[in-house]
Amino acid sequence: MNERTPIIDAVCHLILLVGAALVCLPIYFVLVTGSLSQQEIMRVPMSWLPGTEFVANMQTVLSNANFGRLLLNSFIIAAGITIGKLSVSVIAAFAVTYFRFPFRMTAFWLIFMSLMLPIEVRIVPTYESAANVALPLNILGSWLGIQALVDLDWNLVNTYSGLILPLIASATATFLFRQFFLTVPDELCEAARIDGATPWQFFRLILLPLSRSNIVALAIILFLMGWNQYLWPLLLTTDPAMANAVIGLKKLMPQSDSLPTWHLLMNAAFLTMLPPTLVILILQRWFVKGLVDSGK
Amino acid sequence: MPARNSTAALPVAAGGGALRLRWPFRRLLLKGDGQAESGLKRAHFRDWRLPFWLLAPQLFILLLFFFIPSIRALIQAFQLTDPFGATTQWVGFQNFERLFRSGVYWSSAQVTLIFTIAQNVLTLSLALLLAFASNHILRGRGVYRTVLLLPYAIAPAIAGIMLAFLFNPRVGPVAHMLQGLGFDWDPNRNSWHALSLIVMAASWKHICYNYIFLVAALLSVPQSILESAYLDGAGPIQRFLRISLPMITPTLFFLIVINFVYGLFETFAIVDATTRGGPAGATSILVYKVYQDGFVTLDLGSSAAQSVVLMALALALTFAQFRFVERRVNYSV
Repeated sequence: MNERTPIIDAVCHLILLVGAALVCLPIYFVLVTGSLSQQEIMRVPMSWLPGTEFVANMQTVLSNANFGRLLLNSFIIAAGITIGKLSVSVIAAFAVTYFRFPFRMTAFWLIFMSLMLPIEVRIVPTYESAANVALPLNILGSWLGIQALVDLDWNLVNTYSGLILPLIASATATFLFRQFFLTVPDELCEAARIDGATPWQFFRLILLPLSRSNIVALAIILFLMGWNQYLWPLLLTTDPAMANAVIGLKKLMPQSDSLPTWHLLMNAAFLTMLPPTLVILILQRWFVKGLVDSGK
Repeated sequence: MPARNSTAALPVAAGGGALRLRWPFRRLLLKGDGQAESGLKRAHFRDWRLPFWLLAPQLFILLLFFFIPSIRALIQAFQLTDPFGATTQWVGFQNFERLFRSGVYWSSAQVTLIFTIAQNVLTLSLALLLAFASNHILRGRGVYRTVLLLPYAIAPAIAGIMLAFLFNPRVGPVAHMLQGLGFDWDPNRNSWHALSLIVMAASWKHICYNYIFLVAALLSVPQSILESAYLDGAGPIQRFLRISLPMITPTLFFLIVINFVYGLFETFAIVDATTRGGPAGATSILVYKVYQDGFVTLDLGSSAAQSVVLMALALALTFAQFRFVERRVNYSV
């Protein structure tokens, strides 16, 4: 269509500019505030231009608030969730789409049911499960009267596995892989079978390479999700050194009875949002595909 | 345009617009497979040991951290446990009766309703406006879209903290502008101000998500229809309102459901990092109250009963989601 609409074009650009400004303004102020000194943030009105204290503030944040450790924790949790969830769900999806075996539908439904309840609605019992993973065994033991089972204690509080495993317990990724596998042409599998490939060879040499773009797209989304976790790390870490960066920020929030340290908070916020933002900026083409395809 | 590659995932025009209500999961499972056994590839392996081991890790994790906790939440909802866990008593529906008689709970439900609706309206209308604008212009699309994607990367808690700072009555630049205009802004005391603060933070974070889906949906509207409307003399706005918008209604419905899920369950971090439910419970949305009653006041029975109510809500929303998701399921990615 060769349409000339100069006025509407201008209005559209204006709308998009305002939208982009509304997105950028808070981020810009994080940068500005993070580079001011304690005196400068208390001045009214606050400066709209960056100060000179960014590196000094960053050093304070990394040393005093132990933020280096928290960023590392965030990375371990996000990577753990990404790798764990992808590997567990890709093989589960392979099993339910490419194998006929007894109770196939039962297995599928059990996985599928977990799509329905977010972790937020069952936090207390999930916490109890993580506080002692052996709890169900103990209950079973007390029913059966086996004393050895009753005192089992396997505590995941303040551990990486406790922070990671319960967040893997949902089947969104399995569901996405299942949908993708159903679109793979049957001829590929037939040909592989005629050539004498074992199921595992078919999976490793044909199915996995075909799913590469889905895996990358999903990995980005899962990494962002893992990095930005809040509720679960808040509950499961009593040791401040095991918290993730987002939880660390909450601890830096100004309290009413002390001198507000907005400059440190904002500097830490900048450090925390930098890795996921870079992921989006660099990999946005894949990210959009993953988002729209998976409906996450 | 990366989104163009994935537009096929939104078969907006498919289905002839007939909104037939059927059992959503059955439809979803049977659709597109064409085999006797649903969801099984026509070319498949017959083996039962390998799939057992392939499924074992997922089923084991789900058992420990999904099924057992969910069932325990259901059981606890009918029990009364003292805060130190010494005694547990079976009380039937007493927790629910107590919950539904509690004025605090209803006001929390009311706050949640206002919050989710306001968030939905704000998010969706702005995302629509932005999607229309970026669909219309030709130059600079990619740059705008990259910028508008940024909030997706930023944690809800950080979004809350950023806006809490901008709107902080003592130091915040935006709060100063409001005060300069003679507006007595103070989210620490005024409950409506606090509520609008978390609505803004939640929307800021979620507009990008709605925007991506709307851009993708708009790209999938058939060009031929738009062109014939153009030849008949319809302008861009008219074409958008009369053709594009009706054709993307499935996406709109899907986004409304997703926005409710987001508002109900994923905004915990925003509330906890900024207002902590205050002032005087003005921003204590339902998820926040489950946490407060479960971990702060240690009223486990009430917290479990609230969990069960939220589970019912989550189930209802999931069913609604699949009503719309099935239209987006695409077998030719």
